[in-house]
Amino acid sequence: MKRSKRFEKLDRRPINQDSYIAEWPEAGLTAMGSPYDPLPGIRIEDGRIVEMDGKVYEEFDSLELFIAEHGINAEAAEYAMSLKPEEIAKSIIDINVKREDVIRITTAITPAKMLQVVRCLNAVEMMMGQMKMRVRKTPANQAIVTNIKDNPALLAADAAEAALRGFSEIETTCAVSRYAPLNALSILVGGQTCRGGVLTQCSMEESLEVRMGMLGLTSYAETVSLYGTEQAMDDGGDTIWSKAFLASVYASRGMKMRFTSGTGAEVLLGHSNKKSMLYLEILCVYLARACGAQGVQNGSISCIGITTAVPEGFLAIAAENLVVSLLDMEVASGNDQTFSHSDMRRTAKLLMQMMPGTDFITSGYSATPNFDDLFAGSNTDCDDYDDYYMIQRDMQIDGGIEPILEQDAIAVRNKAAKACQAVFRGLGLPPITNKEVEAATYAYSNEEMPPRNMANDLVAAQEFFNKGVNAIDIVKALYQGGFTRVGDNVLEMLKERVCGDYLQVAAIFDKNFKTKSGLNDANDYQGPGTGYRLQGERWEKLKKKTTALVPATILEKQGIPDKKKGFHNLAEERNAEAGEADIVVGISPAFANRATAEEIYNNHSRILEKILEGVEEAGMSAAVVKIYHTDDLAEIAKLSAGFSKTGIGIGIQSRGMVRINHADHTAEDSLEVSFNMPFSRFSLFKEIGINAVEYARGSKPLRVSDKVKPGGLTSYQITMIKLSSDETAFINRRKKPARMSLKK
Amino acid sequence: MDRLNVKKDYPLADKRRSLILTPTGKKLDEINMEQVLEGNVKIDDCRISDRTLEYQAQIAESAGNRQMAANLRRAAELTAFSDERVLEIYGALRPFRSTKEELLKIAEELEAKGAVLNAAFVRQASEVYQKRKKLKGDK
Repeated sequence: MKRSKRFEKLDRRPINQDSYIAEWPEAGLTAMGSPYDPLPGIRIEDGRIVEMDGKVYEEFDSLELFIAEHGINAEAAEYAMSLKPEEIAKSIIDINVKREDVIRITTAITPAKMLQVVRCLNAVEMMMGQMKMRVRKTPANQAIVTNIKDNPALLAADAAEAALRGFSEIETTCAVSRYAPLNALSILVGGQTCRGGVLTQCSMEESLEVRMGMLGLTSYAETVSLYGTEQAMDDGGDTIWSKAFLASVYASRGMKMRFTSGTGAEVLLGHSNKKSMLYLEILCVYLARACGAQGVQNGSISCIGITTAVPEGFLAIAAENLVVSLLDMEVASGNDQTFSHSDMRRTAKLLMQMMPGTDFITSGYSATPNFDDLFAGSNTDCDDYDDYYMIQRDMQIDGGIEPILEQDAIAVRNKAAKACQAVFRGLGLPPITNKEVEAATYAYSNEEMPPRNMANDLVAAQEFFNKGVNAIDIVKALYQGGFTRVGDNVLEMLKERVCGDYLQVAAIFDKNFKTKSGLNDANDYQGPGTGYRLQGERWEKLKKKTTALVPATILEKQGIPDKKKGFHNLAEERNAEAGEADIVVGISPAFANRATAEEIYNNHSRILEKILEGVEEAGMSAAVVKIYHTDDLAEIAKLSAGFSKTGIGIGIQSRGMVRINHADHTAEDSLEVSFNMPFSRFSLFKEIGINAVEYARGSKPLRVSDKVKPGGLTSYQITMIKLSSDETAFINRRKKPARMSLKK
Repeated sequence: MDRLNVKKDYPLADKRRSLILTPTGKKLDEINMEQVLEGNVKIDDCRISDRTLEYQAQIAESAGNRQMAANLRRAAELTAFSDERVLEIYGALRPFRSTKEELLKIAEELEAKGAVLNAAFVRQASEVYQKRKKLKGDK
């Protein structure tokens, strides 16, 4: 087949480098539902669930049994299950139904019913539901801070910058697993350097994570996986009882904890039992609830390649996030794995969580370049910060982070690297050199970091555990190293552990260590004017854009037109008369005014030269007439035409708009109009001159068109706003059109 | 004492600060930089106590989350066990690691130290593991 150039081009687009799979229910490759998913049902005897979703108690596998025993509020179940799925779905997005009333129902229905409920919702309803149902009123965000060298100074600096940008939680892991305690220590110190109250975790195998938590090196855990089938749980080396026990272990040590699950995991492990990805994930969320966990990290997570390969993938992911909220738990809603080559597609995915807001919009925004992200790369990384901020500014939404100044980032990175250096010194760990501190302060990635002696680091990391070094030692080292404030913050983190307030649902700390959780910052969204509103000080921060033009800059750049200043390179000769030249060019009142910025009147001058050049090259004569009494482009062009021999006139406005009119036609009836003509390409104006001559000769030339570069229009429009409004002020109603001569 | 309630008692650190004691009997305000530097605060002073976990369980319960309350009460019981022991029990509960008898022995051990909720929990696991073939040798 002879290829279409257009299709060939499309084939090469980033979107077509992603992989796709057609639905295949037998292999578990359906997102939102499978013909093999069970139908909802419940039977309760003596307050206990004895039949659920088509199975009787004796047939339950261990997961179903755990859910039936612990995960559903049985006393409300008969009523809740009697409601139609559409009724429950409507209540989720109905602003007249309170969140708590929805929760009473959704915590009393079975997993199969939950599937039917969320399947009623389309993409926008899914987002509406998420906005209303998330637990915590204030949305937040989580950062990933890692680097492939496990460099402690860089970890500390990146953690400090992440905290400055407003991330409430920071997670790390290691390139070399024995580095774990040093990495946990580095982000703890870095995070607390910038502000107190940032929660940190170091994702490792369970027992190591618990140990680090017990030593006070970390304050939460997240990578505790759940799966929706028994076989997949076996593969993960756990049962639901072992996982539930682990949840209690974390709580018993005062550590915040959430489970991790996600659509696609069971398919990837080959244990989907023909069920849809969403159904299996719903089981996981029920299991988390049954364990009494405060929250879940889900949204396909590391299996996102599978879910997004089938139809309805994004919808299923939004649905699984929503189910966590419907079971009254904190949702850390994914967006933490890179899945698409297409910027448009990865942004669309992000928006489904960013627009409604979730408890953690990303459960891992890479605070480093993705190549340093040891969780395999995130949907958003440090290169995307300004894009993310602009989406917040454009849509007036709070994505959980805020713009910062470069000098502030440098200062806090430097302080954190130094604090980490002091702790390493105080604890007798292999020293962090001043060179490392300097490099970490200004680094983009690990590539700027000088190498460390890894063998020494690893020996030290081992001794760290053997000696039982803990957070109290870190507090002392910080204090003795002169970082009293950071030491206070680390100590305060330990005190919060004693209180346990942050064990409750969706808890984070503000910079004053005030707990903000679903209990004292409850989402009370009930329609316009309620719930979380981005306003006041927070909005002032989020809308800041350092490169935005401010009124003073605009005035400075454009100047203020002043009638007394006269015109650049133009002199008034006399009142204009009929038959001035073959073609007459009419210029608007403020055009080439000397009081505007030099750049502008120089541009005006060149525009005029180019038009005249075009007319002359095409073989006709041209004259310039100044129109004082109106800034209406159509009138200017029509009047100019009246002063010409051929009946063709060209009108130009200060902001660069050009129009060709014929004297015999009405002002409204133009031959050609060029909108938004940027000043950058003067050759276009020459083409206008040439076209004018063509019209005068009775032919119909192709109209001059400018290819607007992305963003070009905006910068043009921004620089022209003042000039456009000043044009009006320049009008002199009593002054007649004047013939102008060009000064050479 | 009345049961704690989310509306009037949460966060404990602000509203019921005097109730909070470390497992070593220290008040929250006794954990401060001076005491740390004098060597009077150890990492064991920075743990949550079973009492505080019970308070948090009451708060979760009053907020309608009985599952979390149950988890926090199991956690309260586990504060009596060493870090090593809880991790060993966790290991024993993983699939194909323990015989039913071993699990029942753990349940007895838990019960003997007052961890009755955890004991019942492990007993339930032993039943299910037998039925669903998750015991040692089942694989």
